Amino acid sequence: MPLEQRQVHNVAEAKAWDVLQSVQDPEIPALTLVDLNVIRHVKANDQGVEVEMTPTFMGCPALDRMKEDIRIRLQEAGFKNVRVNVNLTVPWSTDMLIESSKEKLQKFGIAPPPVLQESLPATLLLPVQCPFCNSTETRLESEFGSTLCKQLYYCDSCRQSFERFKPL
Amino acid sequence: MGIELPAGVTAEALSEFLLALADDELVLGHRDSEWTAYAPILEEDIAFSNIAQDELGHSLVWFSLCEKLTGKNPDEMAFQRPWEDFRCCRFVAYPKGDFAYTVVRQFLFDVAEQVRLIAISSSSFGPLREISQRIIREENYHVMHSQGLIERLGDATEESRRRMQSAVDVAFPQSLGIFEHLKAEEELVDAGFFPGNDALKSAWLAQVVPVLRKATLTVPVHDHKNTFAADGQSDDGGRQGKHTVHLQALVADLQSVYKLVPNAKW
Repeated sequence: MPLEQRQVHNVAEAKAWDVLQSVQDPEIPALTLVDLNVIRHVKANDQGVEVEMTPTFMGCPALDRMKEDIRIRLQEAGFKNVRVNVNLTVPWSTDMLIESSKEKLQKFGIAPPPVLQESLPATLLLPVQCPFCNSTETRLESEFGSTLCKQLYYCDSCRQSFERFKPL
Repeated sequence: MGIELPAGVTAEALSEFLLALADDELVLGHRDSEWTAYAPILEEDIAFSNIAQDELGHSLVWFSLCEKLTGKNPDEMAFQRPWEDFRCCRFVAYPKGDFAYTVVRQFLFDVAEQVRLIAISSSSFGPLREISQRIIREENYHVMHSQGLIERLGDATEESRRRMQSAVDVAFPQSLGIFEHLKAEEELVDAGFFPGNDALKSAWLAQVVPVLRKATLTVPVHDHKNTFAADGQSDDGGRQGKHTVHLQALVADLQSVYKLVPNAKW
């Protein structure tokens, strides 16, 4: 969540957020779990730390890996009793990615998701910029891609396939 | 653990409802995964593998909610439960058939799921609302995909039309079983959990029939009160555990690795 909305009650929680800021997404290492805004709550004190997260896509196979990475990184940073809970009911959408993520994705070679429109077809009709040559002469090849959170595009200008973070 | 239910709705009623949702997703997800490495073109291979993963994810969410009522975790439900205890409709368990059958089944199911999710996204029961509001945005991709294939394959060539029409002839009567009434149907409708399977079926017919007809396919329905009514017998039984041998085989396959070494850690 955006920094200003994040509730940090003590030094331990501030430190935990710092650690989480460096935990990469296993499928898109250009982004961290904080960039994705999937970390929803952190409660920490001298006794331990509890992290609540939510998946991006419900069937995300990287979820267990993310939980494990969070646990290991917090333990390495000196936290004891690390607990990671998954909340499947809190809202999440690509509109909730933190703003700087879009630039990071573009640089990494993945087109960022657009702001969601009133319907899915309307969202998919927006022009998509090729992350390699910046042309917008691109077309959707498939609603799906190499992972649940990506979809396949083709750039008619530089004649390359590329992926976009699936707007959700 | 624990979940607060309004007066008039038993844990048994809600778990019956959730199991129908979860098992439909689990079983169709398994059928979709059978196209991985076998679909006619690479894009469809990727699409069906993605859809399979999405459906499994959705079943996980429903099973997780169900766990709060029954204490049984999603792995136990998927890998240890006897096939007779599954509550999916028969429709989702039939073999994947040719690609035309797969496409038609997926379309009929995707729209049914979309209609169901829209309905329960304004359910009187909070968890159903919250979960469906999330899942529905993933499901919209499925509908877009399968509807696109119906539109393209319905009258593309003589061969594609022939195959698509025979797929509709077989799949359509089967698909009516999605809307088989639950034992707790009345209880859940009265409590505002969902509008009931008859209402869902009407909304579904109003959406699928025009798409199929536009693709030049004949659908066994007649006009009825601003929407359509299906002709012929609905393929019921699944919601009561009266399944076909196809589910038995599917569950045996699904559970085979787990049963080889129970409780193995990866």
